[in-house]
Amino acid sequence: MDPIEEIKQTFFQECEELLAELETGLLTLRAGDGDEETVNAVFRAVHSVKGGAGAFALDNLVSFSHVFETVMEEMRSECQSQSRETFDVLLRAADLLVDLVREARGGAVVATERTTLMTTELNNCLAQNAASPASECQSEDQFEPLMEADALGFVPQQIIFDDLDGDIEPTSSGQSAQIWSIVFAPHNDLYATANDAVVLLRELSRLGEIDTVLAMDSLPALDAIEPEHAYFSWTIQLTSDCSEDDIREVFDFVEDECDLEIRRLSNDIQAAPDTDTITPAPNDIDRFDAARSELLGTDPASDALISDTRTATTEAEPDETVETPAITETPQAQQAASPQQSTIRVDLDRVDILINLVGELVINQSMLAQHAGVSGFSKEQGVGTGLDELERLTREIQDSVMAIRAQPVKSVFQRMPRLVREISAQTGKIVRLETEGETTEVDKTVIEKLTDPLTHMIRNAIDHGLETPEQRTAAGKPAEGVVRMSANHRSGRIIIQISDDGAGINRDRVLEIARHKGLISHSEILSHDEIDNLIFKPGFSTAEEVSSISGRGVGMDVVKRSIESLGGRISISSTPGTGSVFTMSLPLTLAVLDGMVITVGDQALIVPLNNVIETLSPRAHKIKYLGPHERVMALRDQHVPLVDLGHLMGLRDHLMEPSGGVCILVENDAGAQIALLVDDILGQRQVVIKSLEQNYRKVDLIAAATILGDGRVALIVDIDAVICSRQSSSDHTIRPLEQTSLAS
Amino acid sequence: MINTSNDRNELIAFRIEDQEYSVDIMSVREIRGWTAATPLPQSPDYVRGVINLRGTVLPIVDLSARLGLGTVEPTPRHVIIVVHIGKRIVGLLVDAVSDILAVNDDALQPVPDVACNIVQSFLSAIITIEDRMISLVSLDKILPEEELVAA
Repeated sequence: MDPIEEIKQTFFQECEELLAELETGLLTLRAGDGDEETVNAVFRAVHSVKGGAGAFALDNLVSFSHVFETVMEEMRSECQSQSRETFDVLLRAADLLVDLVREARGGAVVATERTTLMTTELNNCLAQNAASPASECQSEDQFEPLMEADALGFVPQQIIFDDLDGDIEPTSSGQSAQIWSIVFAPHNDLYATANDAVVLLRELSRLGEIDTVLAMDSLPALDAIEPEHAYFSWTIQLTSDCSEDDIREVFDFVEDECDLEIRRLSNDIQAAPDTDTITPAPNDIDRFDAARSELLGTDPASDALISDTRTATTEAEPDETVETPAITETPQAQQAASPQQSTIRVDLDRVDILINLVGELVINQSMLAQHAGVSGFSKEQGVGTGLDELERLTREIQDSVMAIRAQPVKSVFQRMPRLVREISAQTGKIVRLETEGETTEVDKTVIEKLTDPLTHMIRNAIDHGLETPEQRTAAGKPAEGVVRMSANHRSGRIIIQISDDGAGINRDRVLEIARHKGLISHSEILSHDEIDNLIFKPGFSTAEEVSSISGRGVGMDVVKRSIESLGGRISISSTPGTGSVFTMSLPLTLAVLDGMVITVGDQALIVPLNNVIETLSPRAHKIKYLGPHERVMALRDQHVPLVDLGHLMGLRDHLMEPSGGVCILVENDAGAQIALLVDDILGQRQVVIKSLEQNYRKVDLIAAATILGDGRVALIVDIDAVICSRQSSSDHTIRPLEQTSLAS
Repeated sequence: MINTSNDRNELIAFRIEDQEYSVDIMSVREIRGWTAATPLPQSPDYVRGVINLRGTVLPIVDLSARLGLGTVEPTPRHVIIVVHIGKRIVGLLVDAVSDILAVNDDALQPVPDVACNIVQSFLSAIITIEDRMISLVSLDKILPEEELVAA
């Protein structure tokens, strides 16, 4: 890939994270829970997007994020006290920003009117908050300042250090780059002798990357300001491979007219404040504003201030996008304050290679243990202990590697607030989304495949579950409906619940539709639970009129199938008048599976443990023939079909006598049960799932393959397919639906 | 002596019973001895099953059966030629590997028009070296056809 393109991709990835952070931050602030750090995070997000977009000349993105940033800058000081409405506008602006990033990435084009409209809306927001005139110093000349310069006619002078790059490149930070801390406090004489702080800082910037912090503690009140005096000092962090003498040389002519302190910081201590947080505190700004007219024209430092903040911010940000895709933990001063510095970004392929290797290590380890056991070698002093230790270590490595792929469900949950806003706008229902357990971790593949079903279910919950505000008020409920989304771990699986406090399932209506559509016969009498679960039937959709949000024929059955394809289950419980709860239970990973190892003939097969209900030894008198070939087994008060697995899979020609084998009672996700007749049960084992499709194709009745301790391939039985193969042919027509995507 | 490598083909020749066949050496990944395969249910008779190739599940095609010469009873003397077919890796079960041949394009002759469809569809050329006749197998049709289309 073109290196620039690669960097751009990294930038887009970062944008995703930043924008997610932005949304979370705004939501927190809207809820009134934010602190200063939240404000900073929100700010940093927009700012970084702008900075990166500028580096890639993504003009639409730059101009809108600039407007956005400016508005937020205006509100910054009172950010925590803004009204809910203002935050709604900001959230919508954040949505637009997401779309603009998507556009820049080659996605759908965003209509210009939308941007214009949003800009106006943002500015209106600002007009309501027009009290604070603090932002001129942040304006950039390529944009119209949103607030006109004040009555004094103060026009910020922009000093662009970049212009200098033409003649002298800043010394690149080579291997020996060091961080210098320079404290520079000019005396009054410095300006009197026609020297200028800004020139000195400019000189410094030629030595390397500088990060400048202005100290204006000594700035007195307006009436006490002596125009010709110097009140400002700077702390400069310089990253360069130059020597101390080089730095001293910059200050050569002013050595006697300033306080200068040069210290070398070691490379690993970078407690420099984040550039975004160094903007003076509000009261400083006020003082600065007051002092500005006095300083204007007399103290060149005011110009330097403007350029300093600018250089620090605009120079720092594009750098972040130039990181290698693999590592975000670069020892950059700008990032030192960021809370995410302990994460690295790794190509997923590398993790998968590692997982495969560990899978083989596990197989190899068990082969070794088996051989050592057979040969009696493991009785040897030390060998047995060594093998046990090896096994323990192998398991630990496997668990740790799996943990690398695990990610918090936050990445999926984060997409939902926007969805809720959009649907609530479309339906006119007032909705509050509550989330819980966002940090619950699950395998990345599972997360990716969860987005569509969850989106669908949230849509359903709002569109079908919640009532209109009028209906709610009439029913004595608050007009605002609540949709809750929660995740937690339970016995090695992840449980995700989506609940609403709506009307619950209208069982009469469900029954009526199911009968009308021929899903159940008219005479069938169903329990409440059975009725509720009818909504998972293919071809069922309760929407009385097809809306643009849900009810397009693909309904809960597709959700159910996609959950099942992940090895999960879904169920619903509903109480009329108080709402419905959908509960999904999913495996934590798709890479390993707990299985029961069985034998059929000379073949070992794996039955997924989550399908197994119990094992039984068959008694001859409990087995009855039903027709010429079919057998059923009496199980307590009912009969379940008995399937000779070896015969079904073509591993033997004749049906096996039940007395010679073992029965395993299995159940699929639909609750259908059969008894499998097999030769023997070898035990339970965690197996690494290997795809058959990769080199061959999907094989009927087989879910995947795995490799056993002896190095042989064992097939994992697809219990659902086995059960379906026994059922009437009409049910077979359902199966192709599994491929139907959740496109919605 | 300019060897125009463009029309130079290197082939691995192998035997199935008393017939000689070959595949392009570039598609061959490795050659290994026979190990017992795990049979797959409801598969064509020429798919012997799958084996573990260092962690990869590898399907084994009995080339003899695929070419209509009847299924073989593999012994430890039989050989699996591991080949790339598109993105897949497949093992071909053959009797023995006999030779590595280097032939020019002009040595590749069209397959004579014989009645057998199987021969016609799996062979792309024949090579005559002295009194030997070696057929060049075209790998892309070796796996069950509809699956390749579906994939």
